[in-house]
Amino acid sequence: MTHKEFMAFIWPSLLAMALFIAVPIVSVAYQSMFVEHEQIMIETETCGPFGCTPEVAVDQDAMRKVREDSPAGRFNGLDTYTNSSHLATDEITEIVATSENFGEIRDRIMNLPFYKALIFTLSYTFIVTPLVIVFGFIIAVVVNSIPSFLKGPVIFFSLLPMIVTPLVGSLVLFWMIDSRGVVGAFLQYLFADPSLSLKASPTLTWVTLFVYGVWHSAPFAFVVFYAGLQTVPSDTLESSMVDGANRWEQIRFVVMPYLLPLATFVALMQLMDNFRIFEPIIGFSASASATSLSYLIYTDLREAETPLFGSAAATSMLTIIGVIILLLPVLFRNAREFNRKA
Amino acid sequence: MALFQTSSDNPAAQKSTALAVLSVAFVLVWLFIAAFPFLWTAWGSFKAEGDFFSRADWMNAITGPATTAQTGGAFTLDGYRGAWIEKEFWRAAMNTGIVTLCVTMISLTLGTLGGYALARSGFRYTFWILIAALVFRAMPHVTLVSGYLLPFFQLNIWGYLPTTIIVLVAINQPFTLWMLHSFFLSIPKDLDEAAMVDGCTRFQAFRLAIIPVMWPGVVTTGLFSFLLAYNDFTTTSMLLTETNATMIPKINSFLGSTQEEGKVMYAVAAVVSAIIPLFVLIMFFQRQIVSGLTAGAVKG
Repeated sequence: MTHKEFMAFIWPSLLAMALFIAVPIVSVAYQSMFVEHEQIMIETETCGPFGCTPEVAVDQDAMRKVREDSPAGRFNGLDTYTNSSHLATDEITEIVATSENFGEIRDRIMNLPFYKALIFTLSYTFIVTPLVIVFGFIIAVVVNSIPSFLKGPVIFFSLLPMIVTPLVGSLVLFWMIDSRGVVGAFLQYLFADPSLSLKASPTLTWVTLFVYGVWHSAPFAFVVFYAGLQTVPSDTLESSMVDGANRWEQIRFVVMPYLLPLATFVALMQLMDNFRIFEPIIGFSASASATSLSYLIYTDLREAETPLFGSAAATSMLTIIGVIILLLPVLFRNAREFNRKA
Repeated sequence: MALFQTSSDNPAAQKSTALAVLSVAFVLVWLFIAAFPFLWTAWGSFKAEGDFFSRADWMNAITGPATTAQTGGAFTLDGYRGAWIEKEFWRAAMNTGIVTLCVTMISLTLGTLGGYALARSGFRYTFWILIAALVFRAMPHVTLVSGYLLPFFQLNIWGYLPTTIIVLVAINQPFTLWMLHSFFLSIPKDLDEAAMVDGCTRFQAFRLAIIPVMWPGVVTTGLFSFLLAYNDFTTTSMLLTETNATMIPKINSFLGSTQEEGKVMYAVAAVVSAIIPLFVLIMFFQRQIVSGLTAGAVKG
């Protein structure tokens, strides 16, 4: 295929990605260096039956004009990145200087919005991803061993938690774990504690979100591993049996190594998807105890009066940097393989 | 596949009854975990709030005394009536229909052309395009949305369905390209090359030799484009207004009014309504979904 033919086929796709993925990233970088205009105040006198009182109000006309002149706001350099709702460099220095011990440092840093979100996002990513792989693998091995007329229905119902919209899926669970819902009531009965509520404690909220994450993604790992299991060479398995391997040893020394590339694939997809965890936090109304980077951006943009574009953009940039760090090992590996081939 | 298959002539492969029972029990537990929440919510959506969220006894959700007391029957359509008619969920459903249909069609058209080009071109830049697509695929959607909002306000194109559709198509492209690229790799090169030897141009070869055999891959990819558009919350909630919102943002807006008595059931009914099309989708396309999920994996 010549360069010209290649371009003829791919330009619509490239144009769409450039306009709506690449340019927005540049736009985010640009916006992150600006903040909202300061409010221009104007003093007016309101006169009523009891005389006149001076009042200070926002000068809407002047504000409109300033916004039209420079819609992104006023230039702020990198200050948004270092302010207290992002990297909070000053606060961190102060916390480290004035805290007694490590525990206190940790607790105080956890109160800073950006770090709170970052720590939850990372915990979610690195706790849910391995659990998904483990559970998906176990389900795949077991489903593979049951009578085949059961397999179809099992796969059908297994797909549900994954296919259903994260917001909808989390709402379904949220209503059930409500203290008036069936699971909530059952847990209260189980622990004989009528005041038990999964929403009340931050730890339980985190656990709930992790459980949701595993429930939502385990089917994906299951399906991938299940398909992989169908292709395990039977010769190798049989020769391992001849050598006296029991069932566990077959799984450990034949199946697992064979499925390792699939596990890498699942891990990559899961890292990318879990890092942007967002909808479940809304579905579970969990924002008081758990926020994620995506959630921070969302709330900044949803700010009632004027969206905080600068602040949202700065968090976005930091998130993008996080994604790239997460992907670096994969990119290096791919580049190495490609160079070897070339 | 020989693993775990019971065969009486091979004692090493024979499985103990205990293990078989254990496996079936495990699968049943997993099925319960995966499916019960949906069945329970679907059942509960026909009840009054006092039953689905019962302070007294969870059995109320099954027997439904409050529902009987309020409406005279054990089941009620009040939740659905409230959501679909009073809160105009039908409008959201229609918007979702338009958005998903357009996104799927446009994504597939662009993706098929692009994926074909990537699969047939041996130049070095195809690798970099695919890597860029992978990085784009990893971008959290909300970071992109924060890049759109201000320009869209300035250009005055915020809040319209076509804008949202194009944005969703673009967000969808990296995935579509990857998937169709690996699908086209599995179609032998000889096919279109033979057509070109016979005097076709590249476009004619694509139209006459490739299009007739590409449908299985396109259907599979289309399912995932559909799911992405249907399930999207981030983009649609930020780019659409109250009046032309799709289903998922609409459900979210119901949540604001949960405190009012009886309104929670509107949200429950809306959630169940949003799940049903997905349920039907899995019923008809289970095989394609499974093969699509594993398509990327098999390649490694």
